[in-house]
Amino acid sequence: MKRFIGFVKKEFYHIFRDRRSLFILFGMPIAQIMLFGFAITNEINNVDIAVLDHSKDATTQEIINKISASKYFSLKEIIEREVDIESVFKKGKVKAVLVFEKDFSKKFIKENHATVQIITDATDPNTANTISNFTSSILKKYQQELNKDVQIAYQIVPQTRMNYNPELKSVFMFVPGVMTIILMLVSAMMTSISITREKELGTMEILLVSPLKPFQVIVGKVIPYIFLSVINAIVIVLLSIFIFKMPIQGSLFLLGAESVLFIVNALSLGILISTISKTQQTAMMVSLMGLMLPVILLSGFIFPITSMPLPLQLISNIIPAKWFIIILKGIMLKGVGLAYLWKETLILLAMTLFFIGVSIKKYKIRLE
Amino acid sequence: MKKENVIQAKNLTKKFGDFTAVDAITFEVGQGEIFGFLGANGAGKTTAMKMLIGISIPTSGAAEVANFDVFTQAEEIKKNIGYMSQKFALYDDLTVKENITFYGGIYGLSRERIKEKRCQLVEELGLQEVVDELVSSLPLGWKQKLAFSVALLHEPKIIFLDEPTGGVDPITRRQFWEMIYKTANDGTTVFVTTHYMDEAEYCDRVSIMVNGKIEALDTPKKLKEQFEAETMNDVFLKLARSPSPALPKGKGEINSNLNEYELKKSSPLGR
Repeated sequence: MKRFIGFVKKEFYHIFRDRRSLFILFGMPIAQIMLFGFAITNEINNVDIAVLDHSKDATTQEIINKISASKYFSLKEIIEREVDIESVFKKGKVKAVLVFEKDFSKKFIKENHATVQIITDATDPNTANTISNFTSSILKKYQQELNKDVQIAYQIVPQTRMNYNPELKSVFMFVPGVMTIILMLVSAMMTSISITREKELGTMEILLVSPLKPFQVIVGKVIPYIFLSVINAIVIVLLSIFIFKMPIQGSLFLLGAESVLFIVNALSLGILISTISKTQQTAMMVSLMGLMLPVILLSGFIFPITSMPLPLQLISNIIPAKWFIIILKGIMLKGVGLAYLWKETLILLAMTLFFIGVSIKKYKIRLE
Repeated sequence: MKKENVIQAKNLTKKFGDFTAVDAITFEVGQGEIFGFLGANGAGKTTAMKMLIGISIPTSGAAEVANFDVFTQAEEIKKNIGYMSQKFALYDDLTVKENITFYGGIYGLSRERIKEKRCQLVEELGLQEVVDELVSSLPLGWKQKLAFSVALLHEPKIIFLDEPTGGVDPITRRQFWEMIYKTANDGTTVFVTTHYMDEAEYCDRVSIMVNGKIEALDTPKKLKEQFEAETMNDVFLKLARSPSPALPKGKGEINSNLNEYELKKSSPLGR
């Protein structure tokens, strides 16, 4: 046991004396969560718009006020002629232009029918779509207010409720994803690099000739990373609670346990990678290409799995990150417990055992 | 003069698929002996050595190292031997002190014992100035001596040296051999592989492997008489060049060509 503690201590020396690994371990999680939380977002906030008002009456003014009062839009410019629409877009000043037709108020009141045109800058299709949806809903709301006292026959009023994330904050979607990526990166990539490093240096040979058992060597190399990954997971959760006001609905204990399961899963992948790669560089490339890309693209973190072509949907099933993200979202946002997540947990557990089994086998072959 | 044998190998064989890397080698090494284990690249010395230090299981044959069986008691063997590779495997990002403590620790030495050993070692090697420096800042010769001393920390019965003098200058090599002599005088058996034929002359006995077999084994003096050669270098060249009758077809051929190529490159006499 004492031998083992000395070994783990040495491993910490390696980590704390290498600035690069320190940065990956502690700088990355914070940088990533901040980036995804603040910069990369699907929401719109204070989008600049312009208005071309052909009628300039009480109704249009009221609508314009309503729109610019909302936190989503701010009125940047009032233009007078049709030709100016093109030029404000080209200058990149605004993302959308609202055009009110002539005699808006008159038509609206007398004929019960008036049109407003929403022109958006669709160079960014997602934002354009969101802008047009938000504007329409503000208009609809205004309309409903006016019709409050009047009974209209045959009216369907959809009442939408966004469960689990009522404000549609995209950071809620990113936190589980970022946590998955970081745990994967720290656990799998860092361990595979640190094990192959010993191979490159020739120290692995010395360790194998020493009375330490191969199993002890591997566990000794892995323990510091388990420890650091857990710290990372805690930092991410704290950041999301205190900075992004993300509520953790479910049990923190379950969250911790599932995270440890995923960390062990990633570590065993890291060990597996180290058994097949001879140099640190290979280990890094294999981890980046073989683990990070699938985690980002196929886990449902950014692109919804249900809208992928069938072959990709099938492939996504073998990616541990997919299941962990489902678990995380379940615990963090829906507040469900193991009763709902047992299937995903079981899959993750089975994968972990499989990876550990394969790496032990590979490791033994290498020793031969 | 010979005391008890600390290494005994009998028909020790290792096969990888169809290829026989080590072909029924038989030899023994006595306590306190400096045993040179020679052979061209690919002749099978590393594979043979790996079986003796307990990290590779032999295909057939028998061997005992420090009176423990290589098949069943590899763990016991590991406690009783030291090993140093040509890479002088030390951790560059640890200090001299931390390296010593670490290696002492994995051999299960107590803290007091490690400290005692460390002070002794640092004084012998004259490392007082750099004991708290990172190993990466040490010159190669110092690393080599440190690696050797670290391999001896737990006072093993036998120390295995795998090409311990690769890449160092002649003066450092000379000093290193003085350390080896001292170690052998203290009763530790030294099992050393090398490519330098002048080093072979320093050994008490020398074995020469060709294509997985031990083709010659005796004191350097007797080997020179036997092969009517002036130096060990000539003995080696004569042996490695004579076509072995037991050479397997295919892979063996390629290997023997490779051996000659390596020899021409490394031999100062050339041809």
